[in-house]
Amino acid sequence: MSRIAVLKGGRSLERQVSLKSGARVEDALERLGHSIVRVDVGADLVDRLTADRPDLAFVALHGRDGEDGTVQELLEVMGIPHTGSGVSACIRAADKVLAKHAMRDAAIPTPDFYAFSETAFRELGAAQALPAIEERLQFPIVVKPAGQGSALGIKFARTPSDVPGALIAAFSYDRKVLLERYVAGRDLAVSIIDEGGAPRALPIVEAVPEQEDFYDFESRYEIGRTRFVCPAALDEAIEARASAIALEVYALLGLSGFARVDMMLESDSDELFVLEADSIPGLTETSLLPQAADAAGIGFDELIGRIVEAAHASAPSPAP
Amino acid sequence: MSGQAGRGRAGSKSRRPRSTARDIERYGALFAERTKVMKSSAMRDLMALTERDDVISLAGGLPDTSTFPADSYASLMSTVAASSCARALQYGPTEGLTLVKRCIAEVMGAEDMDVDEDELLVTTGGQQVIDLVCKTLVDPGDVVVCEAPTYPGAVPTFTSYQANVVQITMDRDGMRTDELESTLDDLERAGHRPKFIYTVPNFHNPAGVTLSLERRHELVRIASERELLVLEDNPYGLLRYEGEPLPTLRSLDDEFIIYASTFSKILSPGVRLGWTAAPGPVLAKMNLGKQASDLCSSSISQYFVSAYFDSGPWEDYVRSLIDIYRRRRDVLLDALAEHFPREAEWTHPEGGLFIWATLPDYIDTTDLLARALQDHVAFVPGRAAYVDGRGGSSMRLNFSGVGVDDIREGMRRLGEIVREQVELYGTLTGTASKSGARRDPMAPLPTAPDASPAASPAASRGAPPGTEANVLQLRRKRA
Repeated sequence: MSRIAVLKGGRSLERQVSLKSGARVEDALERLGHSIVRVDVGADLVDRLTADRPDLAFVALHGRDGEDGTVQELLEVMGIPHTGSGVSACIRAADKVLAKHAMRDAAIPTPDFYAFSETAFRELGAAQALPAIEERLQFPIVVKPAGQGSALGIKFARTPSDVPGALIAAFSYDRKVLLERYVAGRDLAVSIIDEGGAPRALPIVEAVPEQEDFYDFESRYEIGRTRFVCPAALDEAIEARASAIALEVYALLGLSGFARVDMMLESDSDELFVLEADSIPGLTETSLLPQAADAAGIGFDELIGRIVEAAHASAPSPAP
Repeated sequence: MSGQAGRGRAGSKSRRPRSTARDIERYGALFAERTKVMKSSAMRDLMALTERDDVISLAGGLPDTSTFPADSYASLMSTVAASSCARALQYGPTEGLTLVKRCIAEVMGAEDMDVDEDELLVTTGGQQVIDLVCKTLVDPGDVVVCEAPTYPGAVPTFTSYQANVVQITMDRDGMRTDELESTLDDLERAGHRPKFIYTVPNFHNPAGVTLSLERRHELVRIASERELLVLEDNPYGLLRYEGEPLPTLRSLDDEFIIYASTFSKILSPGVRLGWTAAPGPVLAKMNLGKQASDLCSSSISQYFVSAYFDSGPWEDYVRSLIDIYRRRRDVLLDALAEHFPREAEWTHPEGGLFIWATLPDYIDTTDLLARALQDHVAFVPGRAAYVDGRGGSSMRLNFSGVGVDDIREGMRRLGEIVREQVELYGTLTGTASKSGARRDPMAPLPTAPDASPAASPAASRGAPPGTEANVLQLRRKRA
């Protein structure tokens, strides 16, 4: 059995979710017989890891620093194997703009979009291009920060006059934002775990808003306002296509261990469009990946055990 | 030690039960209907971050307890131990100890109110009064009327009793009684008789304004004519920094007033002691409700408070708090004038703990809080004070909980961020910020920053149709 440091909390806006994910992971790892080092990630991270010398780090962080490759880079410098994806995959997945460009280049369907930095507006007059963008994307337009994992900062612009406020909101979270075509349809999440060295798509979760015509991103994942259905009631062919696309995204971004790919099934066209990939999806009681695993007959402890195994398997052998 | 057997310890093997989505669903079937309105939200997660040590928090509503001398605390506790140890460790009567009721009568006397001991119920903080009033009066779907904005801490209490909350606009003179009256007329026509009107007349939380004398008379008249109860929540009345005290609603007419106050702001929130003075039949029901909730408030706290009042003039400490808070308020007002843009407006409280500031309506203060946390400064986004999605451009700023240097630095950082966003808006819309005259800070409070689609680019943003409707159009559960 291993000595595992569970990295949780941190300074990101998703600290609370991460603390919940981390606590559940710790419990599961203890039940699996591992010894645990609990680390609320802060300025003393390197000191803690140097002192505790864990065999493995379970990264249960979400959002900035934890999911964008920063902590992974640090762990790799220190030679500590860790769960989940490596530095470059984390960077690609955490930056929605980068991920969407990669998907578009690889002909994976993702909603049309335009991305800008704050400097583009401040110094290059990008605002002049807004009418053309609005024309191409058509209202409503989704405006979101490039690097925020949760629903925070995502706005729904219905008219041109909504756009400036939506951009300011999104710039509150990141220096880069994207304007994306709104896809009306069903909200699907495909969770993926590595199994025996190969990624496997788990049963699909559908987020169903409780109120019709209601689309408020902030409330999307609030208990009582959204119902999650797993496995989603989907046509077999669509289910297979969604899983295949998710696996393609997983490979394209170089993700490993586990991840979640969010997509929309457009009502009008029955086409699937990938919104984003999450390199460290939530592991709380209400999170989607554990629900998907459960639907596949993989209990939470087993899920955590597999994630740890995958991390050990992909870790470079210690130098002789 | 055997005495600690079975207690959880940090670092020990966890005994938290396994819990999966399926388990939650299983428990979920057992949850009461009223729990379904208690929601977790992104905003709540954000608010948790405001408590970090490295954040200058203008978000809390905390009195400054650091000014209470530690040796006084020690000596008061020694007095309790020496003279009333066994009684302090014992249960007490539900209505509270007589010796505390005497202290309460003194405090109420300081605001020109007479009260008999049998009119009083000692509670676990002023918050319990709000809970007990709801418990006593509110059936699911009943209308509760309050101010817009209202005390953010009252919102979860109202909603957990499934009240239908109707909010009445405020201006610099507090709740608009003309709108109250017309709203009550409309409600009556629709077959609704509100169970009570909740108001914070003095130095409102979060709005910082005070109900004018004329409106106090109006409110009491309206309540009396319509036989409606008013919950007068007065935690800050004694913290006045300027101007003349106004009579409490209870001192104008005690027939329909449920009066609530607390030791939290004049002594310590840690003692968790508040009280209510209410009409007899209402008080009797509230007493039963309290008995069911917690039997009685802490006897230790009650003996502590009593010892404190015996130890010397309690008003001295309040006076020292007033000096500290007045200075901090002035520093915050100066910082607002220095750092906030001309498009912003804010209230000028004559007392209490809060200033309510409103930014241009294209700035969403929930998102602004996320940005501000990156610079380690925090406030309460205005939406927390509304039940209908309004308040999106407003914020509550507290000046009692942090020192003047932190207030200055926090506001400098916040002002910088707001200035950046105002400039960006100018760039985005081609209407670069003009240096026009600042709005009158004492102008009426913005009634509904997001409510007018014509005036507000934010009105239709991200919210479902109808959620930002006028308060009168709120869905009513009891048709």
